[in-house]
Amino acid sequence: METVLAILCGILMAASVYLMLSRNLVKFLFGLMLNTSAANLLVFNSGGLTRGNPPFIAADGTPAYANMANSVPQALILTAIVISFALLACALVMAYRAYQDLGTVDTDCMRIAEPVAEHEGPPCRKGKVIA
Amino acid sequence: MQRNNPLTLLYDGLIVILALAFAAFFAMQIPTIAQGETIRITLPWVDFLDVNLSFYIDGLSLLFALIISVVGVFVALYSGAYLAGHPQLGRFRLYLMLFMMSMLGLVLSDNLVLLFVFWELTTITSYLLIGFLHETAQGRRSARQALLVTGGGGLAMMAGFVLLATMGGNWELSQLLTQGQSIKEHALYMPTLILLLCGAFTKSAQYPFHFWLPNAMAAPTPVSAYLHSATMVKGGIYLMARLYPVLGGTPSWMVILTVFGAITAVWGSIVAMRQNDMKLVLAYTTLMALGTLTMLLGSDNVVAITGMLTFLLVHSLYKSSLFLIVGAIDHESGTRKLNELGALAGKMPITMVSAAAAALSMAGIPPFLGFVSKEMIYSGAISLKNMSLFTTGSALIANFLMVAVAAVLILRPFFGPAVATPKKVHEAPLRMWLGPAILATLGLVMGVMAATTGHWLIQPAVQAVTNTQQEIHLALFHGFNTPLLLSALTLALGIGVFLAYRPLNGLLAKLESLVPVTGDKMYDHALNGIAKIAHWQTDILQNGSMHRYLATVFATIALAVGYTLFAKGGIVWPDMWPQLRFYEWVVVLLILASTVVTLLAQSRLVAISALGVIGSCVGLIYLMFGAPDVALTQVTVEILVVVLVTVALLKLPGHASVAEPSGSERFGRGVIAILIGSVFTLLLLAVNSVPLDMKITEYFAANSLTLAHGRNIVNVVLVDFRGFDTLGEITVLTVAGITAYQMIKLRLGRSGK
Repeated sequence: METVLAILCGILMAASVYLMLSRNLVKFLFGLMLNTSAANLLVFNSGGLTRGNPPFIAADGTPAYANMANSVPQALILTAIVISFALLACALVMAYRAYQDLGTVDTDCMRIAEPVAEHEGPPCRKGKVIA
Repeated sequence: MQRNNPLTLLYDGLIVILALAFAAFFAMQIPTIAQGETIRITLPWVDFLDVNLSFYIDGLSLLFALIISVVGVFVALYSGAYLAGHPQLGRFRLYLMLFMMSMLGLVLSDNLVLLFVFWELTTITSYLLIGFLHETAQGRRSARQALLVTGGGGLAMMAGFVLLATMGGNWELSQLLTQGQSIKEHALYMPTLILLLCGAFTKSAQYPFHFWLPNAMAAPTPVSAYLHSATMVKGGIYLMARLYPVLGGTPSWMVILTVFGAITAVWGSIVAMRQNDMKLVLAYTTLMALGTLTMLLGSDNVVAITGMLTFLLVHSLYKSSLFLIVGAIDHESGTRKLNELGALAGKMPITMVSAAAAALSMAGIPPFLGFVSKEMIYSGAISLKNMSLFTTGSALIANFLMVAVAAVLILRPFFGPAVATPKKVHEAPLRMWLGPAILATLGLVMGVMAATTGHWLIQPAVQAVTNTQQEIHLALFHGFNTPLLLSALTLALGIGVFLAYRPLNGLLAKLESLVPVTGDKMYDHALNGIAKIAHWQTDILQNGSMHRYLATVFATIALAVGYTLFAKGGIVWPDMWPQLRFYEWVVVLLILASTVVTLLAQSRLVAISALGVIGSCVGLIYLMFGAPDVALTQVTVEILVVVLVTVALLKLPGHASVAEPSGSERFGRGVIAILIGSVFTLLLLAVNSVPLDMKITEYFAANSLTLAHGRNIVNVVLVDFRGFDTLGEITVLTVAGITAYQMIKLRLGRSGK
């Protein structure tokens, strides 16, 4: 399973990077979501996989299962999931606000701070400005 | 015209007294040093680096210290009058005194690091003084140029010092001076020599670094007189003379010094001929002097060194005097252009007499010291082995041009036809004629008393440079010999050139326009080149495009991690085909399918749904592999994310609002993505191939119930063992929540509602 999951991680990571390299902020956000899943799976996988057997302690103080899942990556991932949710929420709001103020989700068209005389590449299509 | 308020006079007086005190102190050392003794004072500074505040006075450093402090007295005296009423006179005094101390430190330092510190201090004070008239673009440019050229050379010199200290095992000059033999045979001798000469040549404006010196004439005239003729530019000469016993006398030393010195001397004197600005004339003749000094240092005998040190002294006297006189003429008449001046002799008699005395010394007319030094220069040039024809010829050209230049400098402004000047001319104030008069008179007195001068000032210095006890004798008349003949020839040729001044001037102008590259232009090109490289590099690194930044980051990660994996042999391939249960295959395939859908979806809602499937399936994987808590969190968060993103998407434009990327862009993204994906897979495979360290896991399992009274280990870790981490996590979540909320509410500028 570790091998399959390793390959799966790689594919998820590749897809996330492909999306994050987009000029479209919405696609970037999708990439960010995938990135979280890929990174968490990576940590999970590198702690070793055990089918079933969650890390519990029996009432007598001994481990509930002889071959128990590794608790350390689980604790790390739990934190990571929550933090990346916070990150995503912030990024989402930022993209939303950027679109409100700039009328575009094309990062190459967002040149308020570093204006360029002439825009290279495909032309900027401006949507309707909300607010 | 002058505002002699008492406070200004007091400050002017104080700096003169300070310089005078130094001059008196060094004058008092003359008898001791003339007996062949040396003085060394050491104070500890940075012990563990062998950096000491150690000072060393021998004949050479004393001669320099005397020049610095004596000329300093008159420059300080002069500046007060020259810059009277200038709003930044106080600043000027400070810079001037800072320079004087730094320069004294430079020539007195025994420790190489200390010498370097003082060397750079003179560079910095020179920068400040050249840029004193900072309102002018010319002043700023010249100051920066001098700083970059001499500062750059200083850094090369520092590298040379490190090599020198490595070879000699010591940072103290007085120790190194005794190790000349072993250092000259050392493998590092050549690099050391070149690095040190880079420092000396830039400081002393040797060809091809000479261009900063004429530009430095943007400084107020007292600065030009002091720094850029009498003292600072001789710092490089001092360094070469100081290290003569250590590095000098080898064939490479001789060739480099004589060739570059001769080029500088001849070039400087030719260009001096065709200048109209009297300050520039003097600047180029200073190049001639510095070149001659360097050329003579490239010798291996006492005669040439004697000539060099005599010329050093006499040049400092007449050149600073002439500079101050030009400043006085400029001050009184409002111009210093040769063609705008004439018949000043009657209006400025005292100045005229001092100028004549200085110019006679410059032209090398007996009984001035300049004559003595010229005789010695010729003797020295003749004495150079193998190269005597070259050096004598160069010296002859430079010298007869000096005669002509000296004649032009005196005869045209003072005795030429009267011309209307911007200001009504009258004699300069006392403080401005006293210095030049005394300095010029010194040139006469020392010439008449050549033997005394030689015994007390020159001989100790010669002995210090050559590291011998040889006695030398200076005299006005050495008998009828080749140098005397050359002197006569010099005079005749000089007068000839002076008479043919006008046609020659035109010819030289044409000649100069033929020179394709000048150091000044090269400097500009170099500076522009650096700016262009910076611009180009910034364009690449700071292109302002987010996806390019990300591409750089991802590519760097992929290449760095990938290379390390490859180089350290971390790439492993599992030998076992994975054994998966049926439902596990289903989950994996579901994730793969959803990923493809996400990538290809044209509709945002399809994409977000597919992302939801991926998130849920990841949750399933957690559940299947013994992580129910993680699965629970994952699924909860995933639901929240899908809902939030869907809501936000309603407010955001569809994929079609952004132009489709070009094929090459897609290809580039794909390559980086696949690289990253492969590296991550390989990394995980490598991690899985090594046994896990279960120490921490076992600790948690053993102590979860006993220490924290919890049976769900993961929960215990979160709220107990790593409780503070969780607190931090909650803080992050809170901050993110507040940030998001504020971002939604905040309206800036025109879009405010």
